[in-house]
Amino acid sequence: MCIAIPAEVIEIRGESIALVDFGDLQQEIRIDLVDVEPGDFVLVHVGFAIQRLSREEGLETREIFRQVYAAMEE
Amino acid sequence: MSDGQRIIETLHALVDEDIAIMHICGTHEAAIARAGIRSLLPERLKIVMGPGCPVCITPQGEIDAALDLVDQGCIVATYGDLLRVPGTRGSLESSGGDVRVVQGVHKAVEIAQREPEKEVAFISVGFETTAPTVAAAILGNPPENFSILSCHRLVPPAMQWLLEQGEAELHGFMLPGHVCTVAGYREYERFPVPQVVAGFEPEDILLGLVMLARQIRRGERRIENAYPRAVTREGNAKAKRLMYQVFEPVDVEWRGFPVIPESGLRLRQEYARYDAQKKFCIEIKHVEKHSACICDQVLRGIARPSDCRLFAKGCTPRTPVGPCMVSQEGACRIWHLYESRRA
Repeated sequence: MCIAIPAEVIEIRGESIALVDFGDLQQEIRIDLVDVEPGDFVLVHVGFAIQRLSREEGLETREIFRQVYAAMEE
Repeated sequence: MSDGQRIIETLHALVDEDIAIMHICGTHEAAIARAGIRSLLPERLKIVMGPGCPVCITPQGEIDAALDLVDQGCIVATYGDLLRVPGTRGSLESSGGDVRVVQGVHKAVEIAQREPEKEVAFISVGFETTAPTVAAAILGNPPENFSILSCHRLVPPAMQWLLEQGEAELHGFMLPGHVCTVAGYREYERFPVPQVVAGFEPEDILLGLVMLARQIRRGERRIENAYPRAVTREGNAKAKRLMYQVFEPVDVEWRGFPVIPESGLRLRQEYARYDAQKKFCIEIKHVEKHSACICDQVLRGIARPSDCRLFAKGCTPRTPVGPCMVSQEGACRIWHLYESRRA
């Protein structure tokens, strides 16, 4: 139920709809819950963006993970 | 050495007593089972499943209410996961009614716009992750032939119940990453127990377990965030605002639990015209269970799917007896898919 998948915003289409790219699929989603612009990354759940991710985080989650891990070892 | 390998070694070095950690998220269970994480853990560390599958914790009375909506001639729109959950008299799938699977609430609204002569009722399940999407749809003024059966639940009240009850003997909680993406984790700070918000990659989950094991070993009780790329302390403020603009908390029963105060969401009076329960005079009844199914104990974290006499015998994904064998996020279905082949 709570699956959410990162996607890149390609185009804003009207007040609350955006075209996003999931990597191998482009789809229109609802953006009522976030303020986004093209180029932003979002987490998509049941057809709605539920949070904006920073571009870097959207592109490379592993790097963030490594940073957390490094911080933990301190 | 890979990150995952390093974390597993760290984890083994940290655990030298019996530890039980509960997650409250079906997506976590699916990730844990898929990656075979339990087989990598120290012997004394157990991951316990909590009430983290919204379809599974929806009590039978609410499934029966959805079937009542079919009987009243509504088009019933729902997530696919709910289709085969057994009610007192069959499931939505076997109801013979006009039941349509939708991606989300907005698609149900589109059906109502396309078919104005019919009533469309959306069976609205889900935690804090999902409820704001429904709030946004309601605020978009859907047509009058649209309504929802609100089966939403909030996670913190259930966690409070589990902590007060204490039957599962838990040492820490792995908080649901996407519930917290929306809701944040500030509300969980009141719980005096080790907690870590975790993401859904195997490394995210292992990292969360390391953080929890470290807190437990040091005798700490705080919240750490192992999913900072999506989760902040405050969450998505806009989503929360819309959710509480449209819904208000209400005391409701969860499957396997008694009535938990303020753990559900009902439409506020201003939006009562979209409340399917009021519109079609549907009463939600408490239903006693009679089968040998132990979904209730699985949801409270005191039994594993394989403890059930029916598991993989009378109850399979093709012939589900309880909801945990139906939903993609149900513990029994996940175990049937992955764990039962490992034993």
